[in-house]
Amino acid sequence: MANKRESMHIDPYERTWIMISILMLIVFFGAITVAGLSFGVRVPDPVARVDPNNLAASGTFAEPGLKEVAPKRYEAYIVAQTWTFNPREITVPVGSIVKFYVTSKDVQHGFKLQNTNVNMQIVPGQVSSLAVKFDEPGEFDFICTEYCGIAHAAMYGKVIVVP
Amino acid sequence: MTTNVYQLTAKEKRFIGWHFIVAVSALALGSLFGPFQAMEHAGWDFYEKFLNPIFHSYYAGLTLHGVLNALIWTTFFITGFLTFTMIFGLKRPLRYPKLNQVGFWMMVVGLVTASIPILLNQASVLYTFYPPMKAHPAFYIGVTLVVVGSWIEGWGFYLTYYQWRKEHPNTRTPLIAFMSLITMVMWQFATLGAAAELLVDLIPWSLGLRAGLDPQLDRTYFWWTGHPLVYFWLLPAYMSWYAFLPRQAGGKLFSDSLARFSFWLFLLLSVPVGFHHQYVDPGVPSGWKTVHSLLTYSVFFPSMITAFTVVSSLENAGRKRGGKGLLGWIAKLPWNDPSVLAQLLAGILFFFGGIGGLINASYNINLVTHNTAWVPGHFHLTVATGVTLTFMGILYWMVPYLTGKELWCKKCAVIQVWLWFIGMTIFSNAMHVVGLLGAPRRTPLGQAPYIPEEWAGHLLRVGIGGFILLISVYLFVAVVIGSLFTKKLEKEVEPPVADSLLDPQTTPRWLDRWVPWLVGVVILLIIAYGPQLVYQISTAQFTSPGFRVW
Repeated sequence: MANKRESMHIDPYERTWIMISILMLIVFFGAITVAGLSFGVRVPDPVARVDPNNLAASGTFAEPGLKEVAPKRYEAYIVAQTWTFNPREITVPVGSIVKFYVTSKDVQHGFKLQNTNVNMQIVPGQVSSLAVKFDEPGEFDFICTEYCGIAHAAMYGKVIVVP
Repeated sequence: MTTNVYQLTAKEKRFIGWHFIVAVSALALGSLFGPFQAMEHAGWDFYEKFLNPIFHSYYAGLTLHGVLNALIWTTFFITGFLTFTMIFGLKRPLRYPKLNQVGFWMMVVGLVTASIPILLNQASVLYTFYPPMKAHPAFYIGVTLVVVGSWIEGWGFYLTYYQWRKEHPNTRTPLIAFMSLITMVMWQFATLGAAAELLVDLIPWSLGLRAGLDPQLDRTYFWWTGHPLVYFWLLPAYMSWYAFLPRQAGGKLFSDSLARFSFWLFLLLSVPVGFHHQYVDPGVPSGWKTVHSLLTYSVFFPSMITAFTVVSSLENAGRKRGGKGLLGWIAKLPWNDPSVLAQLLAGILFFFGGIGGLINASYNINLVTHNTAWVPGHFHLTVATGVTLTFMGILYWMVPYLTGKELWCKKCAVIQVWLWFIGMTIFSNAMHVVGLLGAPRRTPLGQAPYIPEEWAGHLLRVGIGGFILLISVYLFVAVVIGSLFTKKLEKEVEPPVADSLLDPQTTPRWLDRWVPWLVGVVILLIIAYGPQLVYQISTAQFTSPGFRVW
């Protein structure tokens, strides 16, 4: 089998290039794995299912809003709908950790909290969740980043972090 | 050079030409709306002022732009180009030309069927048509017909290849035919996701036969197709860079076997990577997102091989033209040939698009870019330049080849290519920057209340870039149309298919065998998608009715 015709001809330069490529790939794999596991920057994982037609029956989304679970630890339940967020504004003290739970009662939306690592696709029937710590006082807009209809551009809300 | 070249008949050329007529028409109409979006960002809203009676909203225009440019221009160009590369590569006519004609006309019927509801503002759902936004059923049916039509053209290629193989049992498949087949096979694996979404979910649901859908499951189906769709656009451009560009530049293909090897890897790795578009989806576990991110990164390897082979082939050409020194060969390349220029500049911008793609694919770094203006900035470097500018370059030799007439105003073509390069550099850079600052994609930013003033300069550059691209695209259309009315060429254009430095017969046989690779594709798909598909289907909640929100 291993006669000369069956083996691939590879130029020496090409061989070096291939080695470099493989090496780079290993470095990239390593970098992604390290970035994924350390620094506490998470992508959303499945947390719960809800019936988008009957959010009132789902318990946590019956009354959307901010809930304090411990000192400076909050859970924010937010409903995305055309073309607003409910609630549109929440206020927390500086140093708080807020875990967002967002769902949609109609079409898909997005939830991007500006200048943080919170960025989620909001899909009806699913709950999207990520947490963030607010170390600085200020205002952080959360904007809808998925096309959700004619007034999509007007859909946003804000987190106010007070000293 | 090579004797015994099969000359395409006038009928075959006409058939290919029809594909290009539809493709360029779609590009001409679809591209009108891109700059309207870009200029809206800069504060010049044409929708409100002029377009309103005909094109009802920004989103009717954006849907047309996406569907016509990303789906129609590409699919029609590619099926036409592959028809040429199959016939010319195998040096024989199609086995069943009628079958390919059926495929083509089905695509045309699909295009018309899908276009009517878009034009009537009944399907402003963008080219990703995420449910539960619900378009008119004709939109989904039309898109399905376009895809199925392209499959039928593919089946025509397979039957032609089967016949050729019987006639030439021991010959290596000619490179351009081989690459065409890989492109089509990849496409047919890729579109299984969209087929499931459209046939099982969207069409019955839009017709009222199903009450509700599970939008998360449909996202998974969609992105099964959505990412390899990119490779369906790219592989024909790569084919041109590997197998045509070296000859156009005056050289030879550096390595036939590595070209084939990279195409096998693209077939293997294009599809099982869709979750990298769903990193921020709530319904996909992060473990599976990681698996797909590593598989996505593996595509880096064949891309690097492609970069090496294409650049070495160009170096080979540049040195033959008298280029000396480490980089002197670059200046000797025929930069004044619009077809070569288009492909060189496409390759340069595509390099930056590739780097942006690596960033997008980097798992949690995607949180910074997902659904921001960075993303359209990125794919305007890849599909709208790497691919589209290459396709324009191909047409600059192919239109004269098909019509037998000379290219109208070669200088205009050169200017057109440079304008595309400049306009896209400005547009895309500004989109990347403003996306990093947090601007969402798919949003008429001129109306958004949360836009800080500091973004104004970047948004102005978006508009300026878009305006330059508008000029470029109509200059392109003018050159193509003008070329239909020029004088006859004395000598027919010889399609510039490059020879390889080594005889393709020395390429090992395992690079010309289908079964092991196809088995590999299926196994990899089962590993990468099987468990999640079973889970998502078995736990699906079909609770979302349709919404019309535009």
